[in-house]
Amino acid sequence: MKSSTVETNKHKEVLLEVNDLKVYFDINRKKVAKAVDGVDFSIHKGETVALVGESGSGKSVTSLSVMRLIQMPPGKIVSGSIKLDDKELLSLPEKSMRRVRGNEIGMIFQEPMTSLDPVFTIGNQIIESLVYHQGLSKKSARKQAIELLNIVGIANSEKVIDGYPHQLSGGMRQRVMIAIALSNNPKLLIADEPTTALDVTVQSQILKLMLKMKDTFNSSILLITHDMGVVAETADRVLVMYGGQIVEEAEVKELFLNPNHPYTMALLKTMPNLDQHVRRLPSIKGNVPPAHMFPEGCRFADRCEFAMERCRLVAPELENISDGHKVRCHLPFMKGGEALGQ
Amino acid sequence: MFYIIRRILLLVITVALVSVITFSVFQILPGDPVRTMLGTEADETQIESLRNELGLNRPLHEQYVDWIRGIFTGDLGNSIRFSMPVSVLLMERLPVTLSVAGMALFIVVLFALPLGIFAAKRQKKFSDVVLSSVTQLGMAIPSFWLGMIIILYIGMNVDFFKINGYIPWSESIKGALSTLILPALTIAIPQIAVKFRYVRTSILDQMQLDYVRTIRSKGLPERIVVYKHILKNALIPILTIFGLITAEVVAGTIIVEQVFALPGIGQLLITSISYRDFPLVQGIVMYITITVVFINFVVDILYSVIDPRIRLR
Repeated sequence: MKSSTVETNKHKEVLLEVNDLKVYFDINRKKVAKAVDGVDFSIHKGETVALVGESGSGKSVTSLSVMRLIQMPPGKIVSGSIKLDDKELLSLPEKSMRRVRGNEIGMIFQEPMTSLDPVFTIGNQIIESLVYHQGLSKKSARKQAIELLNIVGIANSEKVIDGYPHQLSGGMRQRVMIAIALSNNPKLLIADEPTTALDVTVQSQILKLMLKMKDTFNSSILLITHDMGVVAETADRVLVMYGGQIVEEAEVKELFLNPNHPYTMALLKTMPNLDQHVRRLPSIKGNVPPAHMFPEGCRFADRCEFAMERCRLVAPELENISDGHKVRCHLPFMKGGEALGQ
Repeated sequence: MFYIIRRILLLVITVALVSVITFSVFQILPGDPVRTMLGTEADETQIESLRNELGLNRPLHEQYVDWIRGIFTGDLGNSIRFSMPVSVLLMERLPVTLSVAGMALFIVVLFALPLGIFAAKRQKKFSDVVLSSVTQLGMAIPSFWLGMIIILYIGMNVDFFKINGYIPWSESIKGALSTLILPALTIAIPQIAVKFRYVRTSILDQMQLDYVRTIRSKGLPERIVVYKHILKNALIPILTIFGLITAEVVAGTIIVEQVFALPGIGQLLITSISYRDFPLVQGIVMYITITVVFINFVVDILYSVIDPRIRLR
C-alpha cells in the first residue's frame, strides 16, 4: 500500500507503468513487423500524457496493447510488462482482463462515424456496459445512461438515448463514445486520435470535454495524436514515438521550448504558425520505414538532416538529459533549437 | 411506414410485369396446343372449331384481360390437358411443393447459420478448414444425383422413409414426414454448402469493423460480441441471400419431385409444358412468381426491422 504522503503529491503516484513492451506482427513466414519495439513509459494519477508520432510509428498498437485488444495472430506481445495499479495486465486471464476493459480503462477511438454499432440504440450501447460491469438493473442503468449523456453535453438526452448512431453528427457520436468510455468511472482513459475525424470547431469542444471529464472522474488520460496543436492544449507530458520506439519524452513546456530529437523538432516545425507568412507548409520528407525493414542504426537516420556516420551504424539509447527529459539521439543538442541555429 | 408502402407498390408492379411477360412468352413460343390435343391427323375445320371453343381466336389483349380477371376471381381457366380448372389442379399440388420447399428452407437455416458462425469464430483453425472443404464438395453435387444416392442408401435402408409418392398431412403427419424429409434434404444439402460459406464470410466481414473493437473495449464477453452485435449486423446480408434461395429452392423442387415421384407443382409444370397446356403453364408460372416476389417482400420488411437506417429512408 502507498503511504499517505504520496497522496498529497498526486502527480507522482504511478497509475500505469509500461516496461520494455515489444509487439510484433507476422507478415509472412519470414518477415516480422516490429510495430512496438521496447517501449517504456508511465502515467501518473490525474495526468494527461500525449503519445505523438506519424502514422505507422506504433502509437495505436501501444494503446491497443494496454487494452490487450491486439489481434493475435498475426500480432503477438513478445515481451514486456504493463502494470495498472501494480496489477500485471499481460498475464491476466482473459476473464479478469474483461473486468479491466471498459471498467478500469475506457477507450475512445478515432472514427466516431463507425465506432458505434449501427443497429442498436445509443442507450442500449451505454446500458449494456453498465449492466455488465456494475450489475445494475436495466431501469437504473438507463437512468444513469441519461445522466452520462447530460454530463457529456448532449441536449435532450431523453430522446437521444432511444436514437440510433446514424441520427447523430460526428461530434455528437464522439460525445456518446466518451460517455461510454467513462460509464464505469475508469482510472485511465485512452483516446486514440479522438479529434482527427472531426470538424475543427468540434475538435476543441471534444478536447475541452475530455479534460473536464478527467477532472470530474479523477482519471488519467493517454492521448494519442499526431497534432502538436492538440498536444500543446491538453497534455502534461509528451512521449514522441518513431519507428516503434520512444525517441523523446518530456514535460509539455520543456518539449516545446527545448526539443532535442531532430524528429521532434521536425514535428514542431510542421505546425502552422499564424504569425508568419509561409508559402508552403514545412513537412518531413519521406515516410516512416515499414516496421519489418527498420535500418540497423538510428531508425530516423534516413530522414534526419543531421545524420552522421555513427547514426547509421549504432542505434542510440533513450538517455536522460535533464530531470524527466529523455532523448534517443547521438547528437548532444543540450540547447535544442538554438544549437541548430533556429 | 413510408418504406412499407413503397415496398407494397413495388410488389404490385413486379407481379403485373411478370403477368404480361408470362402471357406474351407463351404466345410467341412455337407449338400449337390445339394441334397437340387433336394429333397430326386432325383437319383444319376441327382445329378451327376447337380454337373458337377455347377462346384462342380472340384478340390477345382480350385474352390477357380475361386471364387477369380470372387471377383475381380464382378462375385461371381450364387445363387443356386435364380438362379441369387450373385452380383445382394447383390446389391439389400446392401443399406437396410448399411442404418440400418449406422444409428444405428450414433445414438450410438450421444448419447453415450455426455452422457459419462456428467456422467464422475459428477462422483458419483446423475445424474451419475441414468444414470449408466439405462444403465445397457439397456445392458441386447435382441434386438429381444426390437424390438418387439418398434413395439408394437412406430410403432403401431406413424403414421410416417412403421413397415413392406422397401421403397428405391430413391423412397422417408421420406419413407426410416419411415422404417429404428425404426430398427436402436433397434440395437442402447443396444449399447448406453455399449458404454456410455466405454466413461465414458475412460474420468475418463484420468482425473487421470498428464497432466490434468498441464493444470489445467495453470488456463485454465474446458471447455478447458475437451473438448480439455481430450476428444482428451480419443478418442484413444473410437475409438477402436467404431471400434469393427461396427461388432456388422452388426451382429445386421441380427436379426433386421427378426423382421422388412426388405429385407436386414441379411435376405438373413439366407435363403441362410438353403438352403446350398454356392456361396451366401460365397459372403455375404466376404462382411461382408470386411466391418468390412475396418472400422477397417479406425479406425487405425484415430488413427494416433489423436495420434502423433502412426504416427511416
